[in-house]
Amino acid sequence: MTVSLAASLAIKEMVRNVARFASISAVIALITVLILFLSGLGEGLGLGNRQYVGGIDGDLLVYQTTADLQIAASQLDRSVVASVRRVDGVAEVGAIAFASTVIEGAGGEDEPGLRVSLIGVEPGRPGAPPVLEGPGFASSSGNEVVLGRQAALRSGATVGDVITVRSTQGAVDERYDLRVVGVTSGQQYQIAPSILVPLIAFDRVKPKSDASVDPSRLPFNLVAVRTVAGATPETVAARIEQEVRSVRAVDLVTAYENIPGYAAQQSTVDTQTGFTLVIGILVVGGFFQIQTLQKLGQIGMLKAIGASNLMIATATVLQIVFTNLVGVSLGALGTFALAATFPSTVPIVFQPGNVAVAVGGLLVIGPFGGLVALRSALRVEPLTALGLGT
Amino acid sequence: MTVARKAYVRSSAAAESTAGPPAVASGPALIAEGLSKTYPLGEQLIRAVDDVSFEVQPGEFVALVGPSGSGKTSLLAMLAGLLRPTEGRVRIADQEIAELSDRQLTRFRRRNIGFTFQANNLLPYLTVLENVTLMLSLNGRTNPGSVAWAKDLLEQLGLADRLRSLPSQLSGGQKQRVSIARALIHRPAVVLADEPTASLDTERAHQVVETFASLIHDDRRAGIMVTHDLRMCRHVDRVVQMRDGLLERIVDDPEDIRALSEGGP
Repeated sequence: MTVSLAASLAIKEMVRNVARFASISAVIALITVLILFLSGLGEGLGLGNRQYVGGIDGDLLVYQTTADLQIAASQLDRSVVASVRRVDGVAEVGAIAFASTVIEGAGGEDEPGLRVSLIGVEPGRPGAPPVLEGPGFASSSGNEVVLGRQAALRSGATVGDVITVRSTQGAVDERYDLRVVGVTSGQQYQIAPSILVPLIAFDRVKPKSDASVDPSRLPFNLVAVRTVAGATPETVAARIEQEVRSVRAVDLVTAYENIPGYAAQQSTVDTQTGFTLVIGILVVGGFFQIQTLQKLGQIGMLKAIGASNLMIATATVLQIVFTNLVGVSLGALGTFALAATFPSTVPIVFQPGNVAVAVGGLLVIGPFGGLVALRSALRVEPLTALGLGT
Repeated sequence: MTVARKAYVRSSAAAESTAGPPAVASGPALIAEGLSKTYPLGEQLIRAVDDVSFEVQPGEFVALVGPSGSGKTSLLAMLAGLLRPTEGRVRIADQEIAELSDRQLTRFRRRNIGFTFQANNLLPYLTVLENVTLMLSLNGRTNPGSVAWAKDLLEQLGLADRLRSLPSQLSGGQKQRVSIARALIHRPAVVLADEPTASLDTERAHQVVETFASLIHDDRRAGIMVTHDLRMCRHVDRVVQMRDGLLERIVDDPEDIRALSEGGP
């Protein structure tokens, strides 16, 4: 009886004061939009940095020790690949190299090109992602390229097309034609779409100060390692570091967390999200508190005529939960609708898990913010009805 | 404004639906005995109410009058069980209310006391009918018969055409009449009114109190009205006059009451 009467009073008050409750829901919706966008931005920026490294089909990445887990500073050669392959517990290895380049637009130099991460891989080895469209690399040395999903979308190139990449060789801008032989999943690295080429083609195409190429050296940055089934990656990593000189082996998470700027970027976005949540609690709590203060007389009257604290609390909580639910739902829908209008260059990604956590968090903070209002409502003395309350 | 004043007769269905507290107590409906209330003010103790005793019989309408600060609102709060007395006792419907816990007291008020207040009387988001039937809902006695009873009562109070109106659509007098209906709908042993005419003009104030008195008499409830307006005393059966927390005098002679209401001594 108490709950049904409280629900009836709560619903009638909301229905007959739609403007007041809608304004609270609107504020909650705006906070939701802000938090979901920050969360999506954090995920988008994080993914833009780690998507390729985190998605490598291997268990470990091997760096040069002195590089201190900075990919660009790590310079390895073929002898390391051979040594790592011989370590007990290693199933397969693949060399990976990173650089940046520009895919030239149809208008040549007059048109701004598409800046991409250029990744050199060994076809069929760890580090070369599976091709979703097209035949994939035919050889390990041809002028062939596999486009990451974002590079394909933004360049408009499809399997069979020839793209031209621009690269500085010494003091000269050179152009290289690469045939698109496949499109793979999203493979961003350093907030840029990626294109993948065989390691030999990579060494030819990558920007360098000396234009001469020595195919016997082919330096690269990392070695991706796939361990044998049942082996513990940590044990294999320790073994690699013990048996191969001057290398360090880490798992993929450690690898992408050490990408320059990644950790700082993520902590910045996380801090902003945290602050927004705290501000959200205060704003939502403030709204409900003001509303409760405006109703002290009514609450006092209700208590004087015999309404129990349980009934007052139930009605208050129901209103807070419902208003919050409406606000969060509207905010989530608005966020997704707004995000659909954004160009693909805006790095906002909504992962179901992250969205669920953010929405769940918001559904909790509303009632949490309303706790002060609830406490105020429960502390109202029935004497208030006679103007004698403290 | 016309206020319907037909006999306050319930249908049998309504009578069943509002069954609960004793309809009419055999002895006094309310007994206040040696009531005192002191408040600390710095190092001093302020005696807001000092040793006040009186009784109210079923069907009797009593005015509690006195200047500001005389202790009448504190006394009303103690009679209502909203304020614990420092000394003395209150007995309503054969129940010593000091013996009740806070939770029991809330339930007791809900069943045995009807209220009208000076302000914040009605919930602004409920219609007239919903505000009145709220008391029945609180007591778990809502059914078609009781709703019919509420409509009947509102009709007697001249509000038949305002059942679905919100309080914001009513005049001050209409709001007070709704609160009177709410105070009586659950047939409490005692009805307490705190300055029910404070915000009304003289004509409307007389209409409201006259209606109130009529319903109290017809249904044999015990009614106590706090008022600073002595003119309203002409509608009551007895006047309890307070001064500085003390019961100054009780006026129960009709001629004396009339003289008091007309500004006499």
